[in-house]
Amino acid sequence: MKDKRWIVSGLVVFLLIVLFPFWYNRGRAVPPPEVKLTEKAKAEKECVLARDYMKAEHMQILDLWRETVVREGNRIYTNPKGREFVMSLSNTCLDCHSNKAEFCDKCHNYASVRPYCWDCHIENPKEAR
Amino acid sequence: MDIRRRRILQLLGLSAAALTVKPVYDALAADPAAGRPRVGPGREQLKAKQWAMVIDTRRFASEADVEPLIEACHRIHNVPHFELKRWEIKWIWATEYKHAFSGTSSDRFLADAVEKRPFLVLCNQCENPPCVRACPTKATFKREDGIVMMDFHRCIGCRFCMAACPFGARSFNYTDPRPYLKHTNKLFPTRMKGVVEKCSFCAERLAEGKRPACVEAAGGKIAFGDLYDPASEAHQWVRKNYTLRRKVNLGTEPAVYYIV
Repeated sequence: MKDKRWIVSGLVVFLLIVLFPFWYNRGRAVPPPEVKLTEKAKAEKECVLARDYMKAEHMQILDLWRETVVREGNRIYTNPKGREFVMSLSNTCLDCHSNKAEFCDKCHNYASVRPYCWDCHIENPKEAR
Repeated sequence: MDIRRRRILQLLGLSAAALTVKPVYDALAADPAAGRPRVGPGREQLKAKQWAMVIDTRRFASEADVEPLIEACHRIHNVPHFELKRWEIKWIWATEYKHAFSGTSSDRFLADAVEKRPFLVLCNQCENPPCVRACPTKATFKREDGIVMMDFHRCIGCRFCMAACPFGARSFNYTDPRPYLKHTNKLFPTRMKGVVEKCSFCAERLAEGKRPACVEAAGGKIAFGDLYDPASEAHQWVRKNYTLRRKVNLGTEPAVYYIV
């Protein structure tokens, strides 16, 4: 037990370092991101499905779309209201949400999600060809 | 006492049966599809049992005749151009008879015209594709209309398919292709480092009711259609002309035919 001094002070230093971020950021919450809608998206009022569903579950839809288009060759999605959409990330989603940096990226960065969609899918189809 | 007990049991049974009426009625009366999203093909989708291409090589005399077709394909599919031969990516390209049809016929002495002619080669969309069997993730698969399709999302870059393909129709992305694209077609995705790619008979154009880009650019020198539909142009060309296919002895049943 003659090393008690060292062990205790080591533990104290360790705890200080580990707890420093919590102490440093105490009482502060990072404000949740505010996504910006383009004029076109605002005019549409509703996305493919209801807004709350899209907010929470858009990745499910995208996964379904990917699977259906690539593997089954079906490209048209009809939503419960009977409206048809071509299932395409770059050409349908980003047609309205053409502000990827202000829309997609904002939440993804906040939640530290790094989807690799953009490795292949082109970010904004509306740019000059 | 006995009669009362029986009566209670009867009533219990009747009320239990009555409870099931509403769920059964709801299930039978309601249209299950109503209020649910649906997926389906587009109205213009072209359909076939086995898509096939017939190339009339007699009408391609020089490089200048094939170049626009290759360019049309590579341009709309964002196929990069690499100076480095090892990194080369190609969906459709031109080669000589001796490379395209080695071992196919008595090619010791060849007609001059045939010897010098460029032969367009591309993925043969085989009816019995060895690449599909080699793929461990089912990233490459055979569609119902005969197209051998790539799902780039699933490709892990193992390149078994490249080893399995006897036609060299597949290319591997050794590096991120984006910096090497001169033009980008914003309507079609690019690829990323580490995936294999190849011709898909323009599946994305067939969905819109258009024929493949190379067929369109060929202006009637290539027939495209359902091999098993007697009314299709491809079927008729194969019936009227003597055709060759590449490496038929391997049994992959290529769906690209050549009129020589």
